[in-house]
Amino acid sequence: MTMQPATLIPPLLALALAPLLLGVINRTKAVFAGRRGQPLLQTYFDIWKLLHRGAVYSRTTTWVFRAGPVVGLACALVATALVPLGGVAAPLWFPGDLFLLVYLLAVMRFFTVLAALDTGSSFEGMGASREVWFSALAEPALLLALVAVARPTGSVSLSQILAGLTADQWVHAGIGFALVVGALIIVLLAENARIPVDDPNTHLELTMIHEVMVLDHSGPDFAFILYGAALKLWVLGAVLVGVMLPVHTGSAWLDMLVALAGMLGLAVIVGIVESSMARLRLLRVPQLLVSASALAVLALILAMR
Amino acid sequence: MATDASLQLHNGQSAALGGLPTLGVTEFRERVIGGVEQGARLAALFGVPQEDGAVRLVAVLSDAAMSSLAVCSTEVADSYPALTPDCPQAHWFEREIAEQWGVRPENHPWLKPIRFHRSYRAGHDAWGRDMNLALLPSVTDFFRVEGDEVHEVAVGPVHAGVIEPGHFRFQCRGEQVLHLEISLGFQHRGVERAMVGGPDKRAIHYMETLAGDTTIAHATAHCAAVEALAGSGAPPRAQALRAVALELERLANHTGDLGALAGDVGYLPTASFCGRLRGDFLNLTALLCGSRVGRGLVRPGGVQFDADDARIEQLLKRLDAALRDTTLAVDLLWNTSSVRARFENTGVISERTCRDLGLVGVPARACGLERDARQEFPSGIYRFFQIPVSTFHTGDVFARAYVRWLEIQRSAAFVRDILKALPDGALRAQLPLLAPNSFVVTLAEGWRGEVCHVAMTDERGRFARYKVVDPSFHNWIGLAMAMRGQQISDFPLCNKSFNLSYCGHDL
Repeated sequence: MTMQPATLIPPLLALALAPLLLGVINRTKAVFAGRRGQPLLQTYFDIWKLLHRGAVYSRTTTWVFRAGPVVGLACALVATALVPLGGVAAPLWFPGDLFLLVYLLAVMRFFTVLAALDTGSSFEGMGASREVWFSALAEPALLLALVAVARPTGSVSLSQILAGLTADQWVHAGIGFALVVGALIIVLLAENARIPVDDPNTHLELTMIHEVMVLDHSGPDFAFILYGAALKLWVLGAVLVGVMLPVHTGSAWLDMLVALAGMLGLAVIVGIVESSMARLRLLRVPQLLVSASALAVLALILAMR
Repeated sequence: MATDASLQLHNGQSAALGGLPTLGVTEFRERVIGGVEQGARLAALFGVPQEDGAVRLVAVLSDAAMSSLAVCSTEVADSYPALTPDCPQAHWFEREIAEQWGVRPENHPWLKPIRFHRSYRAGHDAWGRDMNLALLPSVTDFFRVEGDEVHEVAVGPVHAGVIEPGHFRFQCRGEQVLHLEISLGFQHRGVERAMVGGPDKRAIHYMETLAGDTTIAHATAHCAAVEALAGSGAPPRAQALRAVALELERLANHTGDLGALAGDVGYLPTASFCGRLRGDFLNLTALLCGSRVGRGLVRPGGVQFDADDARIEQLLKRLDAALRDTTLAVDLLWNTSSVRARFENTGVISERTCRDLGLVGVPARACGLERDARQEFPSGIYRFFQIPVSTFHTGDVFARAYVRWLEIQRSAAFVRDILKALPDGALRAQLPLLAPNSFVVTLAEGWRGEVCHVAMTDERGRFARYKVVDPSFHNWIGLAMAMRGQQISDFPLCNKSFNLSYCGHDL
């Protein structure tokens, strides 16, 4: 397995454009609310600003608290190297890499949770408990959905799966794919703390899931968290767009353009979802996540037929 | 009911202090407990210091059916048998009496300070605390639930949003709230004591800032009290303008609340629109008197600003426009299933609990109780122009939101009617000196609920005691009850559906 220089394009695009997705989501929400909204590049400005700030550490925290953001960002960075985009394979691929992707995200979450628990705050403890509860339900949905798309291509490597998908398969097995897309969208919204699962904009600690776990982080640590979250959104988004738009036009440029447009379109969809519905009651979230697993199982059954 | 044992008054009717019966403690208890059992509500219960060092307890029982206020009193020294075990409505009042006057209500089930200040009666402290000990808000023991899976969550006094300070102590099992205890007092300024010796130049400003969002209601209740004690009244045109301002205050706050409720469940459209529309309603008040919250409008004897024809026309035009937009924004709430799923069955209070605790305002009407001082104890222009009472029966967040929406529509219609038929005449009457040794109870229905002011004058016609009961004083305990068995993540939503005042409670 020799690395093609072109394979560096997907991770480089991820590193450069991931924060833009958050900008597009916020802009979409602003348009729906009749506001002008923050600049599209606000997340970049925020990260830049935070990197230049000092960090405050509570005396009750230990090295675990400081390790959380670093490990989280490291996991997200490795994850970007596993995900192909627009027909270009990822720099890192091997059979079974989709499982690595899922568990990189799990390690990222695990350390965020540990860092939250390390503060000893009751808010962060509640957030950690909710995060673990919900992600335990989101994980099977993600795995089953990926296996369902892996099945027709006969590969368990993301790069090969997404390269093997064609528009023809959508025509023949459209229902299965639609189910996978449905499951992945729910997982994407849950994993990235978006409405209807979590509200990224709320200031109310008692209702938060993800945000409350990172309340004590500041300065560069928080910049890492922000950037890591943007990368996570990009990674899951890229998988989803890969399944939704398996376009092979013959022109690599055009394929990449379609994929990028798909990513921005996905951000707009997330923005529209957030503008048009309320958050679920916390007790209802597991039902949503279990239904995502149900969709994925159904897709898998259809794929095995 | 022994009607001879108490003085019967109307809202805003003054009486000589001599006519206020002083009962024995047992008789007083029977009168209050019996009255409440027969459907009256404890509108106020407070202590008045006597020259001989004793404390006179005064109870105001409001009887909605008769539209009358029964007032009776008793004298106590350092303790008396508490009313609370037989009359839960007295719970908060008796804690206040204990704190203010160092009178101990014996057998009170949960006797703790509510504002954390020294007793007003030197040398008397209901808890026998060391005089050198610093008293700090919320530094006290809280109700605790023990158990392996029980955890405690402390919220505030500093909150994530830019709101007032207050401390909330939750006992939870997982996500479920077993008990919530609310501890306030951070905003205590001593307004009631500052009013003694008045009315002076500062009095009206204290009243306008008791709770900044309830400026008109408090100022109106205060002015009605002063006017009654002076044996005079505001001219009809002034009373009409006061009512217009009161309803505009309601419109602005209810609209803001509906937006905030939408924001709390993450529903952006209504949240964004109502945020702006609240400003539109506030600007109508500004058009009337130059202040968005209505400062400077209501004054003893009348109002300070008139509305000429051009201004009325503008008010009507802008009211219609704001109401049209509000209708569109609020209809989205009722038509979005995800919003209704969050609102319905969240933070339910039963009608029984509501009655027992004597809740007022929107939370009471959301339990189906037709409790509205504008209808039950009408004063001013409300005696001639009535607003239907808006109620809903489910007692949940949805009901509290929906009642607000009903009231928005009815208030807007009322404002429209009044502005089109504004009485002619003077704006303000010159008031004579206040009658000595008299007292008066005034009620006004603020947007949160019943605002109750009680004023007593001394032999020179100055305030000897001034008592303010903000609706929040009745309703904070309702919020705590609404949270029983709920998800802790729903607390912000429940809290917003009550939207109570911290400074109005802390005085």
